[in-house]
Amino acid sequence: MHIWNKFKGEKWKNEVNVRDFIQSNYKFYDGDETFLVGTTKKTDKVWSKCSELLKEELKKGVLDIDVNHIAGINAYEAGYIDKENEAIVGLQTDAPLKRIVNPYGGTRMVYSSLNAYNAKLNPEIEKIFPYIRTHNQGVFDAYTEEIRKARHVGLLTGLPDAYGRGRIIGDYRRVALYGIDYLMEQKKQEWDNPVTCDMSEDIIRRREESTKQYNALKEIKDMAATYGFDISGPAQNSKEAVQWLYFGYLAAVKENNGAATGIGRVDTFLDIYFEQDLAEGNITEAEVQELIDQFIIKLRLVRHLRTPDYDELFSGDPTWVTCAIAGVGENGVPLITKSSYRILHTLKNLDPAPEPNMTVLWSQALTENFKKFCSQTSIESDAVQYENDDLMRPIYGDDYAIACCVSAMRVGKDMQFFGARCNLAKALLYSLNGGIDEVKGGKIINGFEKNTDEILDYETVKSEYFRMLEEVARIYASSMNIIHYMHDKYAYEASQMALHDTDIHRYMAYGVAGLSVATDSLSAIKYAKVKPIRNEEEIAIDFEIEGDYPKYGNDDDRVDDIAKEILSKLYSELAKHKTYREAEPTMSVLTITSNVVYGSKTGSTPDGRKAGIAFAPGANPMHGRDNSGAIASLNSVAKLDYKNCCKDGISNTFTIIPSALGHSLEEQKTNLVSLLDGYFIQNAHHLNVNVLNREMLEDAMENPEKYPLLTIRVSGYSVRFNRLTRKQQEEVISRTFHEKF
Amino acid sequence: MVKGSIAQIESMGLVDGPGIRTVVFLNGCKLRCMFCHNPEMFKLGELNYTPGELFNKILRNKPYFKNNGGVTFSGGEPLLQYDFLVETCKLLKKENINIALDTAGVGNGNYDEILKLVDLVIFDIKAIDDNSYKEITANNINESLKFLKRCQELNKKMWLRQVIIPGINDNEEYINRLVEFIKPLKNIEKIELLPYHTMAKEKYNKLNLPYKLKNTIDMNIDRCKELEKLIREKTHIY
Repeated sequence: MHIWNKFKGEKWKNEVNVRDFIQSNYKFYDGDETFLVGTTKKTDKVWSKCSELLKEELKKGVLDIDVNHIAGINAYEAGYIDKENEAIVGLQTDAPLKRIVNPYGGTRMVYSSLNAYNAKLNPEIEKIFPYIRTHNQGVFDAYTEEIRKARHVGLLTGLPDAYGRGRIIGDYRRVALYGIDYLMEQKKQEWDNPVTCDMSEDIIRRREESTKQYNALKEIKDMAATYGFDISGPAQNSKEAVQWLYFGYLAAVKENNGAATGIGRVDTFLDIYFEQDLAEGNITEAEVQELIDQFIIKLRLVRHLRTPDYDELFSGDPTWVTCAIAGVGENGVPLITKSSYRILHTLKNLDPAPEPNMTVLWSQALTENFKKFCSQTSIESDAVQYENDDLMRPIYGDDYAIACCVSAMRVGKDMQFFGARCNLAKALLYSLNGGIDEVKGGKIINGFEKNTDEILDYETVKSEYFRMLEEVARIYASSMNIIHYMHDKYAYEASQMALHDTDIHRYMAYGVAGLSVATDSLSAIKYAKVKPIRNEEEIAIDFEIEGDYPKYGNDDDRVDDIAKEILSKLYSELAKHKTYREAEPTMSVLTITSNVVYGSKTGSTPDGRKAGIAFAPGANPMHGRDNSGAIASLNSVAKLDYKNCCKDGISNTFTIIPSALGHSLEEQKTNLVSLLDGYFIQNAHHLNVNVLNREMLEDAMENPEKYPLLTIRVSGYSVRFNRLTRKQQEEVISRTFHEKF
Repeated sequence: MVKGSIAQIESMGLVDGPGIRTVVFLNGCKLRCMFCHNPEMFKLGELNYTPGELFNKILRNKPYFKNNGGVTFSGGEPLLQYDFLVETCKLLKKENINIALDTAGVGNGNYDEILKLVDLVIFDIKAIDDNSYKEITANNINESLKFLKRCQELNKKMWLRQVIIPGINDNEEYINRLVEFIKPLKNIEKIELLPYHTMAKEKYNKLNLPYKLKNTIDMNIDRCKELEKLIREKTHIY
């Protein structure tokens, strides 16, 4: 019997429509976690081998690099960890944790990474390098002087102009549901449609990209064949469903080295296959959990070759294999299945780990059982983030997923042009200092006079600052257009785009850093007396503050409104600019760990923060200034406008000590659920939850060997604490720990 | 309009009453408890909130209260700002917000109106005979007993609290007496023994106030837990 005949629904059988398949077939689970089982012997064997390798990798930084090939969907021989015990197979190269050389972003990055780890490229490979035109070359050929300067001083940081942009989520489920041949046929049909209008640049590019996608699909099939699987047709059972889906994902991380490569939203989809096989008696719960555990192991092994500079920005070797879990359907029925539990359960079965980036799509309508299970998993692992499904569902429907930390996209229908972030605090200093950089000197932005007031006047400062944001927006938009034009041209993600509809919606995802610093600075100027200390060049290098002022993070509208106003001003300016491929402009308040680097590049600010001190991450209040308790802090962040302004996400990282959350685990679980419900019902977007003691982190900093598995949430992702730089560890420890009781 | 003097608002209190609670610390207290850890709240201080302002501030946190959370008035002695407290509680009741009152019961004599508004009284015992009460609080015990009696007459739900201080009341003999004191009481839902700690010493230095317990060490937390277990077993209140 054709596998499709076992499943309900018609629409998905006549067009590529995974959502319809899910809605027609999934089985909502409203029970608790008691059905969950531990690992199988096979999983234990595979994982213990991986654990050894991971330890070795931690010591060396990078375990191994394949210097004999360059990135490609089918460029490597099949690789295994422990072949006979692997329920799911497939590695990026021919060995676990061996990293790929990918020159398409830029060759300078490749050399700098290789040098950092004393590796040398095979001369035969090196010979072809001069003939590869890279994304990085393209970008720098087109960058203006202004953009180069803004980038150099750190007004714009982390731009994807020398590495893969990432944040693209292929609909890897399509490989399992339809098989590769069907997908190739679809692409071919679209390509074969006669073109009757003028052959414009857009249409030519579309045809070229369709062909690239078609070829990539063929390569995915060939790659799977090297592992002995024929994925030309639909997956026939649970094991094949996971395996097919994983091959789709594997192709993406072989071909590309994008910063963040999410797995999408797979819990409910895979559960349909599991339920089918369980009902027919083909599989046991232990075998299902084995498939999930081993699938997760594979996702934990994804690596990219990075430079030390990159590690400083995004610490801990993150790959953001973001995995969206649960949420609610448009009909109001939760998309919770047993597999939503099984995936979270890997944090216990294997151990707490940063990847995949577990992201629960939280809704008030999730079951209490599931909410409590999530809460307990958070308390025990510190490895879960929560995003507001009730806020996102009306915009993206019920089949979206999350890329990176907070970026929502409809799976297979949307993509985004990742834009890193601009520095709001530095822009404020530029508006005071006539566009001159306060750290490196030199005029970065023209058209501004130095402020010479003895005491800063709020209206004057604000009006110049907002005028400065207009300039920042212009430069930022230009740089993004160049970057993504060149990325499409020289580092096109064919395998991932092949698992999208051919006509897709694009977002231009701008971002900001230093929100709390800029906000508190304006508040200080407005409500206290701020006197700049200027050097002989009339540059404000420090500030004296007389009196107190309301600080962001205390649920005080006087200052929280300033934060909203800054965001709304910048976003409306960004939205005025033309975007490459008519992408819809969006904006995020998210820094990942780059808040440390941003801070180090920014001089003293009018809020009293000294030069070089780290910013708060994402949309967090500045360290230690949110002193009205956890809820006031959450309420301030909840005021920022997701829907109309920051539709690419608002990241908040929340740390509470266990005893402040309640006396017993049961109490802690219930209280954390109330906390999440209360935060999200106010249209807040995102929350990272850490339940831990400061003393433990301090101890872990001094005695890392005692805490090899200690995982914490930083801004939008999890990281092993011992993989952060010392400076970042210190920053994490200096954050507000909510501990009042 | 009556205004209140608020020392601090903690938006996430999880130990002063059930669930997630906003804890409002009101300034002013007649007692001078030797172990008091909020000496900065002895005096009334600036009148900084109207009932409406405080109500709005608390209302912001309502989404977190769910079934069992709410607001707890603490201090200082919240009963001393009686009219302000009553006005604020009236507003809160209109919004169905659960109200707990953390008090030693030493106000201005009349408690009926406030007791009708609050859902839970967290009563701080201090001591059970007049002599010790005087020693510990520098006041006589009458007012607190009068308050306790009124709570009983009005059938208020109560939690009882007792700070345990090394060398003063950290012995089973005292616990037994406490049990006798508690036994006749009704509607007691919980008894908590709180271990004395020395963290407030610094505050006294800063405020230039004498600290009576300067030679006393922190109460051992495990021992305090044992005594708590004992009292809970003997009173059958957990």
